Parts: sequence; C-alpha cells; structure tokens
Amino acid sequence: MSILIDKHTKVITQGITGATGLFHTRGALEYGTQMVGGVTPGKGGTSIEIELEGGKVATLPIFNSVIEAKETTGATASVIYVPPAFAADSIIEAVEAGLDLVICITEGIPVLDMVKVKRFMEGKKTVLIGPNCPGVITPGECKIGIMPGYIHKPGHIGVVSRSGTLTYEAVHQLSTRGLGQSTAVGIGGDPVKGSEFIDILARFNDDPQTHAVIMIGEIGGTAEEEAAEWIRDNMTKPVVGFIGGVTAPPGKRMGHAGAIISGGKGTAKEKIEKLEACGIRVAPTPAEMGSTLMEVLETKGLLEGCTTH
Amino acid sequence: MNIHEYQGKQVLKQYGVAVPEGHVAFTVEEAVQAAEKLGTPVVVVKAQIHAGGRGKAGGVKVAKGLEEVRAYAQELLGKVLVTHQTGPEGKEIKRLLIEQGCDIKKEYYIGVVVDRSTGRVVMMGSEEGGTEIEEVAAATPEKIFKEVIDPAVGLQSYQARRLAYAIRIPNELVNKAVKFMQALYQAFVEKDCSIAEINPLVVTGDGEVLALDAKLNFDSNALFRHKDILALRDLEEEDEKEIEASKFDLSYIALDGNIGCMVNGAGLAMATMDIIKYYGGEPANFLDVGGGATAEKVTEAFKIILSDQQVKGIFVNIFGGIMRCDVIASGIVEAAQQVGLSQPLVVRLEGTNVALGKNILAQSGLDIVSADSMADGARKIVELVS
Repeated sequence: MSILIDKHTKVITQGITGATGLFHTRGALEYGTQMVGGVTPGKGGTSIEIELEGGKVATLPIFNSVIEAKETTGATASVIYVPPAFAADSIIEAVEAGLDLVICITEGIPVLDMVKVKRFMEGKKTVLIGPNCPGVITPGECKIGIMPGYIHKPGHIGVVSRSGTLTYEAVHQLSTRGLGQSTAVGIGGDPVKGSEFIDILARFNDDPQTHAVIMIGEIGGTAEEEAAEWIRDNMTKPVVGFIGGVTAPPGKRMGHAGAIISGGKGTAKEKIEKLEACGIRVAPTPAEMGSTLMEVLETKGLLEGCTTH
Repeated sequence: MNIHEYQGKQVLKQYGVAVPEGHVAFTVEEAVQAAEKLGTPVVVVKAQIHAGGRGKAGGVKVAKGLEEVRAYAQELLGKVLVTHQTGPEGKEIKRLLIEQGCDIKKEYYIGVVVDRSTGRVVMMGSEEGGTEIEEVAAATPEKIFKEVIDPAVGLQSYQARRLAYAIRIPNELVNKAVKFMQALYQAFVEKDCSIAEINPLVVTGDGEVLALDAKLNFDSNALFRHKDILALRDLEEEDEKEIEASKFDLSYIALDGNIGCMVNGAGLAMATMDIIKYYGGEPANFLDVGGGATAEKVTEAFKIILSDQQVKGIFVNIFGGIMRCDVIASGIVEAAQQVGLSQPLVVRLEGTNVALGKNILAQSGLDIVSADSMADGARKIVELVS
C-alpha cells in the first residue's frame, strides 16, 4: 500500500496541450503512471499523440470539461498545469466533477482565489494537494507532478514537504542510504493550500506500508507547530523533521508566498523548539535529513525493516 | 507589493473608507501649497517611506500655520529617516503627505490579514491603537479581537458590530465604525491585499471614525489584474538588485554576508543559506534560479550576485530534477567566463546527468571547486572566503 495514489490510479491532465502540461504528462507516462486523458477547453473531441522515450507513442483523448473526461475515462485524479489566473477555476471544476484527488502544480495563484477554493471545497470529498507544489509520487507505481522520478525507490518512508527541491534532496539522501519511500507528498509553498501536514501525516499513520516519516517545513505560519502537537498525540510511527529558514530575515518573502516571518511569528527557531518539545528529532542541517532518520530508525530497531535496497 | 500611506488612503477612499483630507508633496513649495489648499489651522507633515515607526523616528510633525509647514518640509525632505523597520542605514524621505490635523479622542487598531490556519480573511481589532500590534499581542493578547470572514458572504454587519463593541467604540459611533470596517474589507478583497492595517483608527471630537494611518500590502501574485495598483509601485523604495533579478524571473533577497548563493528552488535556497551559517559563514543573499534555469538566467544570476561588493565567494547548489546538470554546468561555465569571475566558486551538482555536468566543469579550465554534497560544498566555500 501507499497513500493517495498507486498503480491503479487513473489520471487526467488539466492543461494538457500547454508546454508544461505536455512535458510532464510525457514524464508521467514514461514513469508508468496511468495517464488516461486530458482537458483543454476548445480542443475536446481531438486527441494528442505523445512520443515517449524509445519511440513508443501514447495517444490520449482530449475533453472540453473535467466531467466529460472523468465519465469517459474513469479517471479518479487530475493534475493541474494551467496558468495561475485560471487555476482556481480549474480546481473548482475538478472538485465539482467529483474527482477523489486533485493535484495543483501551478505556482503564483492569488491567495484570495485559494480562500474561495477552500470555502468551495468544504463538505466535498475531493482531496486537494497544492497549489505551488511538486506533486505526489508512489515510487515504482505512480508519479503525478514535476519531480524527477528516478531518484525515488519503493519502500517504507513517507515524505511530506512544503518545498520541492528540498524534497528531492531528502529523497535522494534516503535512496542512497537504502531507504525506499512509500509515498512522497509535496504540499506546496503557498499560505492557503489544499492539504496541510496533519492531513498527510494522518494518512501515513494509517498506511501499513509506511514505517516512518520525514516532515520538511519552513518559516511562515504555524502548520509545523500544529503538526508537532498532532504527532505527539496521535502518531504511532517515528517522525524526523527539518525546518528551513533559520537565517531568513523577518519581513522578507523567501521565494515561496508562504515563507515569510511576519509579526514576529513563524520563525524557524520557534518551530524547531516546538518539534523537539513534542519529541520529534530535527535534522541540524539539510544535509543530515537522511542520516538523522537512520539514527532514529536504528535506536528504535526499525532500520532493518525499512532497508529496501 | 508595498505602497505609500498617501496612496493607500487614496485606494481606501475609493471604497468609502473615511480618511483625513490630504495631498502629496515632493517639494517644499508643494507642501506649502497643499497646506494652503487644506486651509485647516493644524496641518500634519508626514514622511512617506515604505517603513513603519515613522512617528517615533521623528518623521511626523504637527504644524500650526504655513511657516511651520515650510520649516518642517525643509527639515524632512532629503533627510534619512531611521526607524526600527528601515535598518540602520535608514531611508531617504522624498515625498511628504500634507494632511489636515484632527481632534483625536481615542485611537484604535484595525487590521485585515489572510489567516493560514482557517484559510480565511480575518479582521482584527484592538482598543490599544497607535502602538505596535505585535507588542499588544505579546503583552495583552486578550485585548485583540478577531472576526473570521466567510468569503461567500463577506463581512456581515453583526460581525463588524461585535468587533466595534469589543474594542469599545463609543455607542453613538458604532454604525460609522461598521461602515468603515465593511468598506475596508471590500477594499481588501477587491484589490487583492495581503495586509491592510489601520493603526491608528481614530474617533474624533466631531464624531468621525477615520483612518489616521493606512498600511496596505498587495499580493504580488494578483497584480496582473490590478494595473492601477501596479502603477503605484515606487521603485526607489526597493532594492536595486531585487528589481534587476525580478526582470529575469529570479527570486533574489539581499542579506548582509559575503558568500553569494545560487540555488534552484526556494526551499533548497533557504536551506543552503542555513547550512552556510551552520558551518560558520554568512550568506550574502537568497537566490532561487527556479526550475527552468537557462544559461542566460544563470549568467544574470551571477551578475546580480557579483554586483554586491561584499561578495567574496559563490556557492552554487543545484539539485537537477527536470533541469539537467549538464545544461546547468554549461551555463555556469559560460557565465563565469562572461563575467570574468575572480572570486572562489564552489559548485555542488546532483541529479539528472550529474556525471556529465561535473565533467563539463572539470574540462572548462576554470578554477571551480567541485563539492560532493551540500555539507561538503558549504564547508569548502566557508573555508575559501575566510
């Protein structure tokens, strides 16, 4: 098992005919993801031929709307690559169509658009990951997003992160140490987003294949502190943390819209103290995320069970 | 994006938020003319810079008569104002707001922000106006009241009333306060603000509810739909290097250290600053070249890093995912040659085609120190600049 996605997940791409959407749909197909179609309003009824590595060609049908795509293909998940001005509309359309999972990669969506999206999603069954995230991957089974697939190995470590490249860094450190991953989830760097740490941690906690988790946070907001309390009270598996931005000055937005220390709140120091107070080991540097987890697994006698390759 | 107080008040006025009469002045003459136009016995001369704490730093003067306006305008224009938000170097005053004085009975605080944990817009109020709200929050958090707003229906009158009563607005002015708050909320959502702070909101002797100060910040992701707001941007208030970087879609923040950093991805860029500091160095900047870094972007990034005179060495930390390491390596070589790099350069490459990338760096004939990991790279650059 894994969380959110596996080899049976059927996926459509919203914005499939755009350069980014097409590029990453090809990447997902090459990884083995069951891509079953795409949505580009105005191009419904046509299809797109995607040449894969090795010369094979995949042909995917294009639809005018998400609901048509879902009904025709049986897709349960979508990935969104449409430009920021139209992304909120795309998310709402996918939620309205009743998909189980929507992953929004788009960066730069106005925050008040996301406030509306979150309000619309209340009481609906759809799970939203992102926006402004690398996506979700269950190694060896299904890749939805922009992450480099080959650095991942199937295994038992869950990874959840607010940052893209820092997730790759963590996954790379795990894979080179023989620790495969159950699922890696990038929840995104925006202040208002679909899923928070706790939503993903709860899934890892319930997933029998996941034996331990790495949680990668950064400055801004209090999601890491809330997650730390949740872990202390609910988590039955070891969690190792890392918080980026110890050196970030207040009032400056560090790339991500959500990564900003404002009103004296959201500093890395506060977060690290809270995590440690809740019994979570925090890697002292980003280069030690993998080794810190390894130490924790060793002391708990879990290392052998997590070593997959 | 930040704007000046006088601009913020103009925006709020469009939505019916009550503000004092005032005019902007760029010269002493304009200041005097503005005061004449106002015709009030008391006029306030306010320094316009993108930073708070202006009052305490001596940037706000109360003038009685035109001669005092002239004297204060002369004193303030061109002066470097140092507040707790400007840093020790301060900011030069180039614009003044000349505003009618008012008879302040009591000061309050009203702020609007996007609250991450609820995913909603929240209006906050306090009867401790005029002071830093962070101080109030730390010392007497029970004096801050919040209303969480449902975006489907907006700020309801009963919510605004509840907030007005909670911060003890005089009974007879509650309706005016409600109108004020609803107008403020409207401005916030229609103009895509990220912060709207009225500190202080004042109740006057003649029974008005006014925004005596206004701090508006805008969501830079939403500026594409607000050309009018974008026109208010004052480039002189921003860091030159940050402006230059934004032209090339690079995310750059200047810091105080001497090790320039070039990284792909915001999270990794922040973590790279941290690890430099961990090994005893000081980062000179945050710089995210993004996922689709081209040779051109890398070259521009080098130029921006090197335009900071303090930089004594550069650390490039790239995790090539979609972006291939060989492409990045060629970009680095091209950039280093083009800018005639003389400072030490440490490069850590990982990811797709890493062997090819390292090979390109080694064959370049340039003095590039290769690192095997983030930690190794950080240690090496710290050593090289010390």
